[in-house]
Amino acid sequence: MFENMAKKPAGWLSEDGDESSVVLSTRIRLARNINGLNFPTSANKETRAKVVEYFKSAFEKSEFLGQGRFHLTEELDEASNSFLVERHLISPTMLERLDDAGVFIGPNEQVSIMVNEEDHLRIQAITTGLEMDKAMELASQYDNEIGRLMEYDYDSDFGFLTACPTNVGTGLRASVLIHLPGLVLTRDIDMVIQKISKMGLAVRGFYGEGTDVLGNLFQISNQTTLGKSEEDILEDIERVTRVITGDEAAARNRLREEASEQISDKIWRAFGILKYARVLSSEEVMNLLSAVRLGLAMGIIDNLSIKVINEILLLSQPAHLTKYLGQDMTTDERDIARADMVRDKLK
Amino acid sequence: MRCQDCKEKDSTVSMTHIINNEKVILNLCRECAAKRGFHSPLDSIPFPLANLLTGMLSPAPSSKKTAQAVGLPDLTCSQCQLTFTEFSRLGRFGCGNCYNTFREKLQGLLRKIHGSSLHRGKLPPMLSEDGNAIKEQERLQAELDRAIEAEDFERAADLRDKIKSLVNEDEAQTEKEKENV
Ligand SMILES: [Zn+2]
Ligand SMILES: [Zn+2]
Repeated sequence: MFENMAKKPAGWLSEDGDESSVVLSTRIRLARNINGLNFPTSANKETRAKVVEYFKSAFEKSEFLGQGRFHLTEELDEASNSFLVERHLISPTMLERLDDAGVFIGPNEQVSIMVNEEDHLRIQAITTGLEMDKAMELASQYDNEIGRLMEYDYDSDFGFLTACPTNVGTGLRASVLIHLPGLVLTRDIDMVIQKISKMGLAVRGFYGEGTDVLGNLFQISNQTTLGKSEEDILEDIERVTRVITGDEAAARNRLREEASEQISDKIWRAFGILKYARVLSSEEVMNLLSAVRLGLAMGIIDNLSIKVINEILLLSQPAHLTKYLGQDMTTDERDIARADMVRDKLK
Repeated sequence: MRCQDCKEKDSTVSMTHIINNEKVILNLCRECAAKRGFHSPLDSIPFPLANLLTGMLSPAPSSKKTAQAVGLPDLTCSQCQLTFTEFSRLGRFGCGNCYNTFREKLQGLLRKIHGSSLHRGKLPPMLSEDGNAIKEQERLQAELDRAIEAEDFERAADLRDKIKSLVNEDEAQTEKEKENV
């Protein structure tokens, strides 16, 4: 299953969003539970099955939901579930318990709903670039439709009730995935991270085997979900993100002025390796793509679209490669297949 | 370096996370990193605050002693049977009714996590359709009067903010309607 899905980029990747030279994607997640049923982690099999049943009946009743597809995770093989994780349609947490759980996937994969993850329902929407309102609008459409068909756990003091007290209230987690190679190279990144957390938001960087941040990718998200309206939460993240994209732009300008040849050498070397290498690990691809993405944004590389970069990023992941090529592979075989795929995409 | 979680495998992932201005560096093996939600660099699941939370929730030793000494029964949720002590250990609720059961104890905790203990946002579709906003304002006003009487000023401030935001929303709505005419 999903072999066809693997052959094309996720639908939401094909549009260009605001600030897309720095912001890869915007994500909204709403946590919702159904009134009267224990939360998934403390629910017995019968209750978990009931949650799935409720969702399925809503899915069958609603024309709006009917535009998507629904899968029971226990009916999918391991490779398919891993594929869904890499595609961000389900979370790694879902893999821990596949029985009586499922995933709804909306048109273009812009919206997915996890059934029986930590909460009964987790509605997620994703858009390219910095598009908070658009992502929220998408998630809300599904939230409103489902909320008409079943009674949510809601308390007039505490708002939407969730398994973890850190999600209660709006149940809203909004995040942007942001590419900050300029700030990493100018070594201003620590200062910027401090700045973001001072503004009350959470930042995560992802570190690989070296000291460099893997792919220079960071995630900014809200820390609190209670006491602020959805609009205010989104506004905060958007405002801070725009400050950071401004800092990143300034860092890129400084690099252009002070180390123009070194930067362009780094970018072209990365491009050269991607274009001609025969063996590539996924971490290496991530780091090389970061340099090429920077090159594109700075106008050093042209004749290449961000879409291709995003597609390679997605396809480089192990389960994607497996589905893309339609066969199981060892790690070594996969590194070779990955290099083939990258060369093919950059032809 | 050994993985900080399982202390068995070598750590291959080192992650920096910042919570409330404190930089936390974790050195983990891949499996443990995935368990904490650091699965793929593109993954968006927020860092679980569970550790922070459970630390925050454990009752101070002295207060625990007092509760036991006076033989106070632990609060138990009638729907899922979770006790407050168990919740403090897990950092997770068992069902929506837990919130009701632990209501009074939760207000302080939620204020610590979120800086507020009152929801100020969307209502569920089932509630928002039939003029619930007005009933909600009346209810909040009554709550506010009670909070002031009980000298719970933190709660009173939260309630005041919430009433203000409801009134503002109302006005914005009226403005919109005027424009449409
Ligand atoms: Zn480990
Ligand atoms: Zn309960």
